[in-house]
Amino acid sequence: MDAITNINWMYLAPEFIILSAAALLLLIDLVLKPQISRRYFGIFSLISLIWAGIYVGWLFDKKERLLGDTYLLDSFSATAKLLLLTAVAFVILITLAFRNQDFEAVEGEYYYLLLLATLGGMVIVSSADLITLFVGLELLSISSYILVGIRKTSESGPEAAWKYFVMGSVASAFILYGMSFLYGFTGSTNLFTIKSETLQISQSGYVLYIYLALFFIIFGFGFKIASAPFHTWAPDVYQGAYTSIASFLAVGSKIATFCFIFRFFIGEWHVILQPILLIVASASMIIGNTVALMQTNVKRLMAYSGISQMGYLLIPLAILGNLFMESTFYYLLAYLFMTMGAFAILFLVTEDAKSDEISAFAGLYHRSPWLAFLMSVFLISLAGFPITAGFLGKFYILMDTLHSSLQYRWLVAIMIITTIISYVYYFRLIRQMYLRKPVKTEAFPISWPVGLVVLISFIGTIGLAIMPNWTMEIFSQIKMFV
Amino acid sequence: MKIMDEWLPTWILLAPLIGIILLLLTPKQKSMIHRVIGILATLPSLCLAIWMYLQFDQALDEWQWIKSVHWFQIPIGFDHAWEFTYHMGVDGLSMPLVLLTGIISTLAAIASLYIKENTKRFYILFLLLETSMLGVFLSANLLLFFIFFEVTLVTVYFLIGQWGYFRRERAANHFLIYNGIGSGFLLFAMIGILVTCETLEIPMLDERISALMAGDPAIFWLIFLAFLLAFAIKLPIFPFHSWMLRVHVEANPAIVMIHSGILLKMGAYGLLRFGVEWFPTFMKEAAFVLAIFGLINLFYGAILALVQKELKRMLAYSSISHMGIFLLGLAALNQIGLQGALFQAISHGLISALFFFLVGSLYERTKTTELQELSGIAKITPIFSGIFLVAGLALLGLPGLSGFISEFFSLLGLFQQLPILAAIGAIGLVFAVSYALRAVLKIIWGPTHERWQQLSDLRPFEWIPMMVIVFLIIAIGIYPDLLGKPMETTLQTIALRIGG
Repeated sequence: MDAITNINWMYLAPEFIILSAAALLLLIDLVLKPQISRRYFGIFSLISLIWAGIYVGWLFDKKERLLGDTYLLDSFSATAKLLLLTAVAFVILITLAFRNQDFEAVEGEYYYLLLLATLGGMVIVSSADLITLFVGLELLSISSYILVGIRKTSESGPEAAWKYFVMGSVASAFILYGMSFLYGFTGSTNLFTIKSETLQISQSGYVLYIYLALFFIIFGFGFKIASAPFHTWAPDVYQGAYTSIASFLAVGSKIATFCFIFRFFIGEWHVILQPILLIVASASMIIGNTVALMQTNVKRLMAYSGISQMGYLLIPLAILGNLFMESTFYYLLAYLFMTMGAFAILFLVTEDAKSDEISAFAGLYHRSPWLAFLMSVFLISLAGFPITAGFLGKFYILMDTLHSSLQYRWLVAIMIITTIISYVYYFRLIRQMYLRKPVKTEAFPISWPVGLVVLISFIGTIGLAIMPNWTMEIFSQIKMFV
Repeated sequence: MKIMDEWLPTWILLAPLIGIILLLLTPKQKSMIHRVIGILATLPSLCLAIWMYLQFDQALDEWQWIKSVHWFQIPIGFDHAWEFTYHMGVDGLSMPLVLLTGIISTLAAIASLYIKENTKRFYILFLLLETSMLGVFLSANLLLFFIFFEVTLVTVYFLIGQWGYFRRERAANHFLIYNGIGSGFLLFAMIGILVTCETLEIPMLDERISALMAGDPAIFWLIFLAFLLAFAIKLPIFPFHSWMLRVHVEANPAIVMIHSGILLKMGAYGLLRFGVEWFPTFMKEAAFVLAIFGLINLFYGAILALVQKELKRMLAYSSISHMGIFLLGLAALNQIGLQGALFQAISHGLISALFFFLVGSLYERTKTTELQELSGIAKITPIFSGIFLVAGLALLGLPGLSGFISEFFSLLGLFQQLPILAAIGAIGLVFAVSYALRAVLKIIWGPTHERWQQLSDLRPFEWIPMMVIVFLIIAIGIYPDLLGKPMETTLQTIALRIGG
């Protein structure tokens, strides 16, 4: 009991803020008359996210193990939480601009589920124990299943939710199965104990079982971050869900899970994992970028784009060069800005055209030159052209890879080639905006919350590229428990 | 004046951006204002580039107007970091190309008067392109070079895709993909250089590479090949040329002026700078192969130019042929050959810019560039025909014009190294005479078709800029030192290193 009673509860303030905000919203939603608009829930959630973010920033330099070594507080988890909170704040800002009768019926649930999913993500990045981890993971996943299924009136909504739920549960089951193996070997659920003991065990003839356990876990996490070959759910789910939720799945949920993977895979057993990680990274880059070529639906396109981005992000983790921490976080931050910016504009365009097809973007330039310009910046950044964060992020990753060992030439080659392939589909969207005639001619309505997201994302995308030193210095200070 | 002098390359680079800001403030419909701003905004860079050229210390083989500002760093290990700087400057290799960029940009801005649609957007992109092209030649840091190189890619993509002829989008896509592959190689080479040499400062790298090459040449071979392929696609060298044909034929003539006049020369610059200057020993081993590819380019381009039925296509193939001569000069790897190669890059830049200016003005009047339909316009449009004839003569390399000097130097250089290949190359020049004369004579002489009786001749805004190019072509032709002096010292140093 000491572990629970003797801690400074202030350390858990961010989590409690989100939790109480979610609980409060749940209760209010219960007692409030159905016809009263839940729009202010969004603003309330936004305030709680910012408040939690301030606390995370305040706790940034703390390095503590809490609750009997199950919960970690280090600058690594603080950075991950800040990224996650920013992403969710963007999602809520986008949602604030959303006017839809079907949505208004479920608006209350939407906000507190989103907060619960955020809480799940925050638990994941801080957890150092398999059980804590699993609780966080399921909190995130189950909230996400419902958030996808919340779009009941669309044909593809329930289908997407069903697919996501079934496949997600299987992935969770795989993770659990893999964890049970690890527990069986070491008799502990603590991540650090497991890490230090598995290597000994692998030398005593059980190496195959370790492989099996780790494979199951990679399978499950590979699903959660939508990396190939475990990616097939992503396009369907993005297509079926509301755009704001698709952006949450693409950014928030991926950042949280990815950061845990990061903590989980670094350590002595990295040697065993490296080949699998390299395969997953290469497969994600190749499959993501080539299959994206055939997409005509923008959300599916973004899903495949996200798959390939995960491939790039897995490279520093697989290589563990000098700069793996900086380059990963730099790219995660760049990914946050460029993907959220693209999704915000995608939201505006698809809502206006009532269609998710690429042709919805036709002639956007003629209706709103600035929006077309900003979308081009985000797409060019995703494609990795200079003066954008996407380029510098890729540059860091490539440089770190080649610097750590010249034998990774082939990986560099795959990354460069698939990047060039990606030009084709990103520029197809750009072509629609500039070279096609618009169906409607009236000016484009932009509501301020979405405009804010786009503006911040734009400043982030360009600012990160022009002044990389500032962020890199912060990221190089990041410490984590290993 | 100190700040002016110290930051001169930066001022040249930033001057067109002022035009962009002004353009953003003007309303969308005022095409005339866009054109005036667009043309005027290219002038400061041109004037500053000329001033820089006049001030350029020809006896120095070092970089001049160096300005280096710390940008960011990447810590490697505990006490060690890779520095990245904003680093600008020129040397004898880039100085002529900066000037060429200034001149052709202004002329292309004038040639863009034919553009009727979306002038605001056009000139914004155009000025952005000018800035990035100047950036490519002014950068003294490889990362900066790469960034500007990529920006040209994006801007040219838009410029081809929106203001060209019927199949412009396909041309833009081809352009993007081929050049994307090229810049992929360049990126690989750049990262290779960074991790082996630990710096990207161009002035420092030649010595560092030669020092490190003694240790482990294998990785440098890879880097060298990546550089070679990147710029072979840009130049373009024979099997990689199809994108360039499409661009020449489908893009707007004003863009082709830039494209053929400057963008292809970035390939030439890259081969000289990153091929010859950094890897002289590898270049020596590759020289024979390069000379063979030069001959293939020369003959392939020339023979196909001979059978083309359309003027732009003919000019595109002739560009391939002329880049073959550049390669022959490059493969000579002695001072005279390299000088010939750089001369060829600049001379061809001027000639093809002139030609595409003419094509633009011709198409504006006739709405066709098919050789079949055009004939006998000399009587109706004497000024046009006169300039067209001069351009044709420059293309075939008439002595006294700039084309002759560059071909002469290139082949002379090659004769000292590979006399047989040089002899074969000299035969190739005969083809140039036939295709150039065939096209020119077909268009300006012969029976005048009734359709062309009402054709109007060139107006002053057209023929004055054209005469400027003609003047430059003649000036270089009769007084090569005008161009040769600034590059001489730099090339001498390079040639000495190859020899030694």
